[in-house]
Amino acid sequence: MKAPTTHPTGTAVSVNGLRKAYGGKVVLDSVDLTIREGEVFALLGPNGAGKTTIVRILSTLIPPDAGTAGVMGHDLLAEAGAVRAVIGVTGQFSAVDNLLTGEENMLLIGRLLHLPAAERRARTARLLERFELGEAARQTPATYSGGMKRRLDIAMTLMGRPRLIFLDEPTTGLDPRSRQTMWQQIRDLVAEGVTILLTTQYLEEADQLADRIALLDRGRIVAEGTPEELKRRIPGAHIRLRFADLASLDAAARALGASMDDGEELELRVPYEGGVRSLREVLARLGDDIPVEDLSVQTPDLDDVFFALTGNPSKE
Amino acid sequence: MTAVNALTIAAHDSATMLGRELKHTLRLFRLLFIGAILVPVVMLLLFDYILGGAIGHGLGDTAQGIPYVDFLVPGILMMTVAAGSAATAINVSTDMTGGIVDRFRTMAVSRGALLAGHVGGSVLRALVTTTVVTGVALLVGFRPKASARDWLGVIGIVAAFSFALAWLSAALGMVAKSAAGANGATLPIQFLLPFLSSTFVPASTMPAGVRWFAEHQPFTPVVESLRALLAGAPIGNTAYLALAWCAVIALAGYLWAQAAFRRAAR
Repeated sequence: MKAPTTHPTGTAVSVNGLRKAYGGKVVLDSVDLTIREGEVFALLGPNGAGKTTIVRILSTLIPPDAGTAGVMGHDLLAEAGAVRAVIGVTGQFSAVDNLLTGEENMLLIGRLLHLPAAERRARTARLLERFELGEAARQTPATYSGGMKRRLDIAMTLMGRPRLIFLDEPTTGLDPRSRQTMWQQIRDLVAEGVTILLTTQYLEEADQLADRIALLDRGRIVAEGTPEELKRRIPGAHIRLRFADLASLDAAARALGASMDDGEELELRVPYEGGVRSLREVLARLGDDIPVEDLSVQTPDLDDVFFALTGNPSKE
Repeated sequence: MTAVNALTIAAHDSATMLGRELKHTLRLFRLLFIGAILVPVVMLLLFDYILGGAIGHGLGDTAQGIPYVDFLVPGILMMTVAAGSAATAINVSTDMTGGIVDRFRTMAVSRGALLAGHVGGSVLRALVTTTVVTGVALLVGFRPKASARDWLGVIGIVAAFSFALAWLSAALGMVAKSAAGANGATLPIQFLLPFLSSTFVPASTMPAGVRWFAEHQPFTPVVESLRALLAGAPIGNTAYLALAWCAVIALAGYLWAQAAFRRAAR
């Protein structure tokens, strides 16, 4: 069960063959993961895919049935205490004390972290300010909006200066504006060099925030890569060009070596490798002489990726 | 980590959790205190003023030769402690069914601190509520004959009994699915066991089966000890029996609560 105690530098989390079953129902089936230090890694999947179970295992809340995991160079099972000292967890369900004020919540966490009194107070004030909770500091979370509660939750998580943060569906249930705020705050964390494991059911969220994404489907990782890599893995990314007349179409087809769309449309489809350069190349080859009436780039979004790789639509 | 170091950390974390629990108590003042004071006071007034005449008359000399109010109050004090188990179970359940316990468990917080805070808070609450109820009892004519040493004994028994019930209630709160369920689970502690003991009438006046139960269940020696101490009467071995029961209940509750806490991590 023991993972090697030395991990390659730059690896925040390495997971091998993680399994978990509840009463015969397999929740995680041989999951392998590597998360690099300083990156945002998103676990993307529908409800019940096993995202939260992975977070609960990696944050020492529940033991796996099989498999090994190293977190920030510590073996998850043998050195749970050391793991807890470097991680921060913001779960799906609010982990704030509803009877204490925002400030008291922060100070409580500071005490449990054994921070000296002065540092406890200074960090509390700074973090509450940063998460726009300064004015609500003396109120209990009962008076907070959903977004404020979530921000207090994250502020409490940051009290211990974690090097690795687990964010389990950080924007589920938030309104669009609160979601934007949360995204910005997550980007700010990344800028400070924190490693983040994010779970989400929102394709857009993973696309927006993550350096790398693992698609989780019924306890298995079905695809892994950067958002762009995943998008490229399904066919159909192309540039569509429309022309005013047949002459232009013919000329363009010759210039690009592309086959013409069958039929009445004056359109060409050119494979698109992504990025401005690929677009510029196509335009350069067309030159100034062939008039293009309309151009659009059609890239599949993660919805399409999910559908292509799991055979299931991502949303119920 | 050395053993001493670990112990210091455990004490520090437990103190932090106790502070949290005391803050909760102040925030839920009405719920926790009034409930744990009002019920025993109503019982006191009901049995003393309304039923006391008949019961006291009926008991005659069997009320151990003391006025009925002096017979009754020690039982009411025991009930006051028992009434506090509701708050403990509810607070533990609220923690366990909310997200906060997961936060504590992902932090390097000493494992037993959370429950230690709950149990410590419970004992302190019991000392406050029994003091208040004693004050009310004095107003309605309770006349204890206890010496200073006897009073220390009373405080000791109250503390030991509330400590024992706190662990048991913590376990009940741990396994309950909701705060309301946790409250319900403590009802036998709050009412059934006190009524089936010598709280209101001596066990010797009860029907045979009930009498046997009343004479052998843990609440009776607790009441009898308090009664003897407050009357300034010789106490015999009753106090040891009461303390032995408290130790057994505390240990069972502790083991049950710990097992339930571990089971929650699956």
